[in-house]
Amino acid sequence: MDRPATLSKEAHVELLRKLLLGRRFEERCAEMYALQKIGGFCHLAIGQEAVSVGAMSTLEPDDYIFCSYRDHVHAIVKGSDPGRVMAELFGRDTGLSHGKGGSMHLFDADHGILGGHAIVGAHIPLATGVAFATKYESRPQVVLCFFGEAAVNIGAFHESLNMAALWKLPCVYIVENNRYGMGTSIERASAIYDVAQRACAYDMASETVDGMDVLAVRESVGRAVALARRESKPTLIEARCYRFMGHSMSDPVHGHYRTKEEVEEQKLKDPVRRYFQQLSSQGIIDQAGLEQLNAEVRTIVDAAVEFADASPEPPASALYEDVYSEPYGPYTRSQP
Amino acid sequence: MPLITYRDALNQALREEMQRDPKVFLMGEEVGVYQGAYKVSRGLLQEFGDRRVIDTPITEEGFTGVGVGAAMVGLRPVIEMMTWNFSMLAMDQIINSAAKMLYMSGGQFRIPIVLRGPGGAAHQLAAQHSQSLESWFAHVPGLKVVAPSTPYDAKGLLKAAIRDDDPVIFCEGETLYGSKGEVPDGDYVVPIGVADVKREGTDVTIVAWSKMVSVAVKAADTLAAEGISCEIIDPRTLRPLDEAPIIASVQKTNRCVVVEEGWEYSGIGAQLAYLIHRDAFSDLDAPVTRVTGADVPMPYAKNLEHLATPSAARVVEAVKQVLYID
Amino acid sequence: MASRVVMPKLSDTMEEGKILRWLKQEGDKVETGQTLAEVETDKATVEMEAYTNGVIRKLVASPGDTIKIGATIAVIGSPDEDISALLESAAPPPAAQARPVPTAMPIRATAPPQVVSHDAATNRALRASPLALRMAAEAGVDLNALQGSGPQGRVIKRDIEAAIAKASASQASAAPAQPVGDVQEIVLSSMRRTIAKRLVQSKAPVPHFYLTVDVAADRLWDAYRALREENYPISLNDVIIKASASALKRHPEVNASFAGDHVKQYSRVHIGLAVALEDGLITPVIRDADSKSLADIAEEVRELVDRARNRRLQPHEYTGATFSISNLGMMGIEEFSAIINPPEAAILAVGALREVPVVEGGQVKIGRRMKMTLSVDHRVADGAQGARFLATLKRMLENPLLIG
Repeated sequence: MDRPATLSKEAHVELLRKLLLGRRFEERCAEMYALQKIGGFCHLAIGQEAVSVGAMSTLEPDDYIFCSYRDHVHAIVKGSDPGRVMAELFGRDTGLSHGKGGSMHLFDADHGILGGHAIVGAHIPLATGVAFATKYESRPQVVLCFFGEAAVNIGAFHESLNMAALWKLPCVYIVENNRYGMGTSIERASAIYDVAQRACAYDMASETVDGMDVLAVRESVGRAVALARRESKPTLIEARCYRFMGHSMSDPVHGHYRTKEEVEEQKLKDPVRRYFQQLSSQGIIDQAGLEQLNAEVRTIVDAAVEFADASPEPPASALYEDVYSEPYGPYTRSQP
Repeated sequence: MPLITYRDALNQALREEMQRDPKVFLMGEEVGVYQGAYKVSRGLLQEFGDRRVIDTPITEEGFTGVGVGAAMVGLRPVIEMMTWNFSMLAMDQIINSAAKMLYMSGGQFRIPIVLRGPGGAAHQLAAQHSQSLESWFAHVPGLKVVAPSTPYDAKGLLKAAIRDDDPVIFCEGETLYGSKGEVPDGDYVVPIGVADVKREGTDVTIVAWSKMVSVAVKAADTLAAEGISCEIIDPRTLRPLDEAPIIASVQKTNRCVVVEEGWEYSGIGAQLAYLIHRDAFSDLDAPVTRVTGADVPMPYAKNLEHLATPSAARVVEAVKQVLYID
Repeated sequence: MASRVVMPKLSDTMEEGKILRWLKQEGDKVETGQTLAEVETDKATVEMEAYTNGVIRKLVASPGDTIKIGATIAVIGSPDEDISALLESAAPPPAAQARPVPTAMPIRATAPPQVVSHDAATNRALRASPLALRMAAEAGVDLNALQGSGPQGRVIKRDIEAAIAKASASQASAAPAQPVGDVQEIVLSSMRRTIAKRLVQSKAPVPHFYLTVDVAADRLWDAYRALREENYPISLNDVIIKASASALKRHPEVNASFAGDHVKQYSRVHIGLAVALEDGLITPVIRDADSKSLADIAEEVRELVDRARNRRLQPHEYTGATFSISNLGMMGIEEFSAIINPPEAAILAVGALREVPVVEGGQVKIGRRMKMTLSVDHRVADGAQGARFLATLKRMLENPLLIG
């Protein structure tokens, strides 16, 4: 892997392009939700994009990722077609999961995306299991497992990290610490604010990183991925970030649990603008370049919406498909 | 044909499947060095090593999730629950991950996992270690639920379960491990979703599975002496259920008694009664009747435990009730 | 104090009755003895009387409804009292319960009054297993005629099987060919149902044997003609009744009933006379026919037959016969055998009086002959006993002066 300092100009621009794609895509998601094109729960990662973009910039294409229900940007950055992601959000047959998963369950086997999972932290053992499997079969892949800081308090987090350390599994656990589990701040939920310290309990490597800094994330995760790939050892990374939107679309931006001032203050650290300014000061890109990138990603997002909107709903016959890996009707072996 | 125990039949199935397919591994508490809490995995660590026979910490949700994750990328895990009583700790992984992954990924991720272990009451193990939870799992679309009653079925069904591409809940009978039956050497498979008529009869259909088959057989012997002929059907798979032979039998006998070790409320027997009423209503000469575990947590005292468990005497009583014999 | 009016038992064989019409309406005042309704029983149409004073508060049954004996058909009470409890108790019995209801189960203190529309028969039919319902429909078995042997009287498979076996035993080989073409299904009247049931009850368990004689009826005919010419209103049948009664008095072994472990022999002679009606038949009874004059018998028969045809017989008028006579002579039937009407031990089937060539003193001349067949319950009497009775009867009819 390239060291950040040695990143090419093109690689920097590509990182910025991914940040912009994630941001513009999710802004459209909010709009589509308001237009009722997207139903159910819809959790946006606006403000947190540097974590997923930075982390996944360290991966090989066939590495695996697991994430929580806040998963749109992860899927797109890992390689999923934005049109198929949007179609899934629209509940269309052309969606990644043929409309059966929705916003919270983005799966893309071709790109190693093993799911958005919607029971907080329940995918941590799954990621551990995939790491177990790659080691069992002596395959080179590593697993990134993204979850929020609130998930570290569930039993499965402890059980998984214990096994990963015990059995030396190539899994990188990335805590997207946006400070709030829904509306409960970490201070009101966790005895230890310094989440990375949890790794001590398992004698596991850990790092804390500024999650609003895409390059810092990339550097930190890069070390962990190298450790996993070379020595088959897990790492716990705490990426401190902030979500600019509410917990979900039904939650106002600040609600009762945080102040408007706090959100505005955090927005000053917007990872997208911050990275642009960084590159701009280094002469890698200028305002016109940014506009051009923005136009590019807007075209992609517009196409995604157009594709999703034009896609058919899943056929009624799909209802009983994929319950089992063989034809199935209610209760019995027969087809409906 | 060799006469072997239910335990050894399971052991043969595991060994043969692990020899056949390197993607099969066994994971759970005490499966390796200890040789299995019930010795089902005896000798496997020695034969296959600790890469494929993996002792876990006491961490049911964790290792169940590890199994499901491994299955997502193509391995075929066999996860042992030391007993099914502990499976509730892993319920989220079984229901929310294993059962739903294929569906919510739109068919992208199959979960070829087997979760196996002993269920049902043994002797005086009290409330937390004496329960039959088949109906919990059978409730969930996406899971297959198997509960063999004989060594032959146990071996054939475990092999089928390991080769199956969907999550299979494999409920063994804790008190059946020592029971013996004829089991052929070598490879054979009992397909999932196929019931077996354990005894043919004409007067009443008794549906029973796992340990309750032997209770039904005992009752049928008693009733035969009184001239009553019982047909015993063992569904073997509780989901997907092989409905046709049960319906056909009830159409022949006009009456049915379901014997279920688990609790009555929302049990498998309730589903069977519904199916029989749906498909064989006009063939019924009496309501479908159930013999189940008492609606209480299992008591420790021997006499109370006996009262809480379905017995041959209660099956005899139920059969006479549906035959209108006083 | 309000009281329920229930379907009364108006005949010995009655199990249910059909309300033909109400003669009182809700709100009407009634007194004991006043007619409330006309009820069709299996035997007759009967006027049903009130047994209590008061106001008709509720007519539970509607005209056309067939109601089990003992089921509520109306409620009589004072104008303003609460009759909901009575109406509720008139509700159909609860469905079969597999288990006793725990006594601690809360019971609704004041259940809303339930208006029981009708159709106790339907309720009864519901007390059958699904299989029994299906079998009954397929075999044409009337569920209402069966007493279920299951819990709460549930009709179950074995009850239907028994009914089918019984019916096929009585029909023996009489399986009729399926009629081709349109078939009209005619609902059984309660009378037809009773006939069907009673005669099956007779034919299957009662071992019949038959004795036939040919009566030389020339003198009988002459006597009958003579009386008619005097405008004496008698029929040949009346003579046969009188003669049979006299003969029975002399042969009490035929005037009897089989009673399981013993035979009842009757000293009094009550003759039942089969009377054809439009949709069935009924047998009014001439009591003590042996001690009545021919004129009395004739008058009584005329009156009974008249009322029978108008469905106005009272139950006591068509029950209690010790012997029956069925005469199809007027229909041109030369000879037939009849089915015994239990618990009687014998029935006389009388054929037509006909002119036949007879040889007398070496010459052929016109004679009058009448065939009679006696059906006898072999459990009660043997052939010789039946033959002796028949010989006495034949002698009397051939020489009418001997009747008496």
